[in-house]
Amino acid sequence: MSDTPALEFRNLEVAYTVRGIDREVLRNVSFSIAPGEAYGLVGESGCGKSTAAFAAMRYLPRNGKITGGSILFEGSDIVGMSSQDINNLRHSAISMVYQNPATALNPTIRIGDQVAEVFELQGLSKSDAYAHVEQALIKVQIADPAKVMRRYAHQLSGGMAQRVVIAMALASNPRLLVMDEPTTGLDATVEAEVLDLVRQLRKESGTAVLFISHNLGVIRHMCDRVGVLYAGALVEQGATEDIFSNPSHPYTVGLLRCIPRGGLHKNTDRLDTIPGTPPALGTHFDGCVFADRCALVEDKCRTTQPEMVTVGNSHVARCFHTDKAGSMPRAIDTVTVRVGQNPNRATTGTRLLDIDHLSKAFNQDGHVVHVVNDVSLQVGVGETLGLVGESGAGKTTIAKLILGLYGSDSGSHVVLDGKDLAGTLNKRDVKDVGAMQIVFQNPDQALNRRHSVTRIVGRAVQKLRGMSADDSTERAHELLSGMRVEATLHSARPVQLSGGLKQRVAISRAFAGAPQLVVCDEPTSALDVSVQATILNLLVDLQKQDGTSFIFISHDLGVVRYISDKIAVLYLGRVVEFGDSNRVFQGPHHPYTEALLSSVPNIDGSIRRRIPLTGVIPSPSNPPSGCVLHPRCPRMAGSGVEHLCTSIEPALTEVEPGHFMRCHIPLDQLRTVQTQ
Amino acid sequence: MNETTPSTIAQKSNLERKIIRRERLSLIAKNKTFLVGAAILSFWIILAIFGNFIAPRGASDQDFEYVSVSPQWKFWFGTDANGQDVLSRVILGTRLIVVMAFTATALGTILGTALGLATGYFKGKFDMVIMRLVEAVSAIPVLIIALLAIAALEGRSPTLTVIVIGFVFTPNIGRTVRAAVLGESELEYVAAARLRTERTRHILFREILPNVLPPIIVEFTVRLGYAIFAIATLSFLGAGVEYGSPNWGSQIAENWGNIYSNIWWPTAFPALAIASLAVSVNLISDSLLEIFEL
Repeated sequence: MSDTPALEFRNLEVAYTVRGIDREVLRNVSFSIAPGEAYGLVGESGCGKSTAAFAAMRYLPRNGKITGGSILFEGSDIVGMSSQDINNLRHSAISMVYQNPATALNPTIRIGDQVAEVFELQGLSKSDAYAHVEQALIKVQIADPAKVMRRYAHQLSGGMAQRVVIAMALASNPRLLVMDEPTTGLDATVEAEVLDLVRQLRKESGTAVLFISHNLGVIRHMCDRVGVLYAGALVEQGATEDIFSNPSHPYTVGLLRCIPRGGLHKNTDRLDTIPGTPPALGTHFDGCVFADRCALVEDKCRTTQPEMVTVGNSHVARCFHTDKAGSMPRAIDTVTVRVGQNPNRATTGTRLLDIDHLSKAFNQDGHVVHVVNDVSLQVGVGETLGLVGESGAGKTTIAKLILGLYGSDSGSHVVLDGKDLAGTLNKRDVKDVGAMQIVFQNPDQALNRRHSVTRIVGRAVQKLRGMSADDSTERAHELLSGMRVEATLHSARPVQLSGGLKQRVAISRAFAGAPQLVVCDEPTSALDVSVQATILNLLVDLQKQDGTSFIFISHDLGVVRYISDKIAVLYLGRVVEFGDSNRVFQGPHHPYTEALLSSVPNIDGSIRRRIPLTGVIPSPSNPPSGCVLHPRCPRMAGSGVEHLCTSIEPALTEVEPGHFMRCHIPLDQLRTVQTQ
Repeated sequence: MNETTPSTIAQKSNLERKIIRRERLSLIAKNKTFLVGAAILSFWIILAIFGNFIAPRGASDQDFEYVSVSPQWKFWFGTDANGQDVLSRVILGTRLIVVMAFTATALGTILGTALGLATGYFKGKFDMVIMRLVEAVSAIPVLIIALLAIAALEGRSPTLTVIVIGFVFTPNIGRTVRAAVLGESELEYVAAARLRTERTRHILFREILPNVLPPIIVEFTVRLGYAIFAIATLSFLGAGVEYGSPNWGSQIAENWGNIYSNIWWPTAFPALAIASLAVSVNLISDSLLEIFEL
């Protein structure tokens, strides 16, 4: 029995019927997962990861069908199974955890009843089932299960909801657990907790796991073996260590290279990219699926499909050049951007933006919620300030306050280049509005889908530069071409562009008014890593050429570290740490920063002791007394200043030159405990 | 070098766009509900435009040799108690109801769209006050408001009826548009427009409006069905149109008493006309709902 894999894909082919044509999404995919093993599938969006996950459950969308090969669960083919049998398997042996816990739970049924349903399906009586629920919730480390059982899905935090989903998935003691991006929507610290939980449960139960993720760091930490998917084909497979230390397919190599890893910085390193874009769904290939984007491509790659080549101990790659892949030439886009003349530039000193005591309280159903609390920050000319913190920390609100999209509370000052700006947008001069612009997270929402690319950028030039319609169109084309959005695309609508191109259009628009400061609000989080690298390179180029300053908001600490000169760490609308990027990353850290940094799964595989943050982020409408972090602080206990932490809110003080912190614990003491 | 050659993307995307457009057209062309509705509606629109040339007799022509005769070769739909040709009166009555229904609905849609854009975008107290008023108006049946208004204004002109129905429709259409605008104004392209100092009017009409057109179009067709029904009912009740003009509602009102003498044709044919016109419009709105996936 133990020799039979828990799950095996044999030459699996899956196609989706779109507009009457079958389009291949999985091409000849073969892999197997041993009982108790964690197997990771990694790749960029559209490569067929989720299709593989759904195929393992035989739960393909209505237009999807298995066109070849077989899926074996513990040796028996589930492709030809009757729907009764497959349902039995789903009840008893295979479970799935979906990406978005908010939609995986029924919003109208209490959590307790919902979890109990799973037990009832296994034949337990209602009362027995209910008794099991509590145990199941304790197993996923929910502290107060009785309370959680009475709640509805929307009353749970994302991490809590995902725990409930995991509890439901584990209720049947499955022998195979399929996890499709289980932590993608979660904050770093919550993600780390959920991953810890999954790892521990796996140790206890010996369940085999098919783990789908686009995040290489997560895969590295969670999986025993890894398969890399590209355009529906498995291009490389092997033990996790081997894949990361000796990647042998050019795609894997490229993927690993284009991630901003620890230690890389914009001043010294340019990010690698993977040239080109992934093929459209169902593209037919005569040769290698990756040939069009590969640096090592030869004629035979385009005409002959490479076989799986054994590289090492059960490490295989589908490439003719496995020996050369690791040392293939770097792909760096060296085309420089051109933004053209910049009339706004009249900076008086080295300091561009001063934010003084910025505060914002919203009125919510009669409650006053202080979303941003006394934030003071500075941005120098040509400098990037990174804003990090978990969701709800106030990052985006701060950006909108600076831009004047929201009016700030009295006492707040936004001083741009020595000029104290009005609180709201419509009281500011056109010139000041153009001087500060933003690139939003989601280009699909940020670009009007009814307008052409030319109109989107041209209108911004027209309004912010006061140009005539003709001149502004010409200038828009100049700008767009400078950002490498080619002329043939200028009349296109946003929906016709790829994610990366859309974001280039959004960046062009932000630069239409010759800005001095551009806020980048998670500009790459909706993009694949290879596209992320080209966008980051573009932003760095713009800054070098023009001296534009950035405020860069991101939850991805690797990206922030790469692009930022200074970093501000936010918690509950307050700056808890602020200083040079290196200082903040190297420490000594604020206890919150420390916990945040320790929760990031690194792709370099370095094992870092995780400093857990206990409990959940408190509601900003009812913040804790004293230091707002104190109920969750990993360093308060034993610090000797607990009485201060619980009663007095610490001020943001300069603990060493250029390094500010909001903490009662003395710096030296932090340094000592953190280096232990 | 870094993206696939843009010209291929452009070709691809143009192709894609064409495919999507063709797909939507083919969705419409394949949708039987839509085709049936459109066929009936076009029939009535053609009658509304060319009725004068098609109708065999004039609206007021009377033939006292043929009073209340049943449908026969000479009078396909028979004649009424005044010796008037029912067929001709149905054909000639088309224009009035079609024109009135379209203008009333158009008026209501324009006013409602303006109301919805303003309340959905500005939100706050303004929105709250307006929406409470809207709810109050919506609570009273359309016909009663219309009757009251027509009685109060002591008018029986089609123009007045159109204006009254248009106003009565405004709150409902406004509410639909407001819901769409609420979601739309949260999107970041609106913030982006503010960040290039666009005036509110531009944001409302050039940025948001094009994106909320689908629900407005559907709402228009739904209301058009109601308008046909309301106008027919008002003219049946003797309000809304001038006395004696050929129109379906008054035709029914004048003749329905004769049903008991087994003279059903002067009532049945105009009634059928009203029903088919209203149904055709409802078929279209149903199919549009499906196609726009609202």
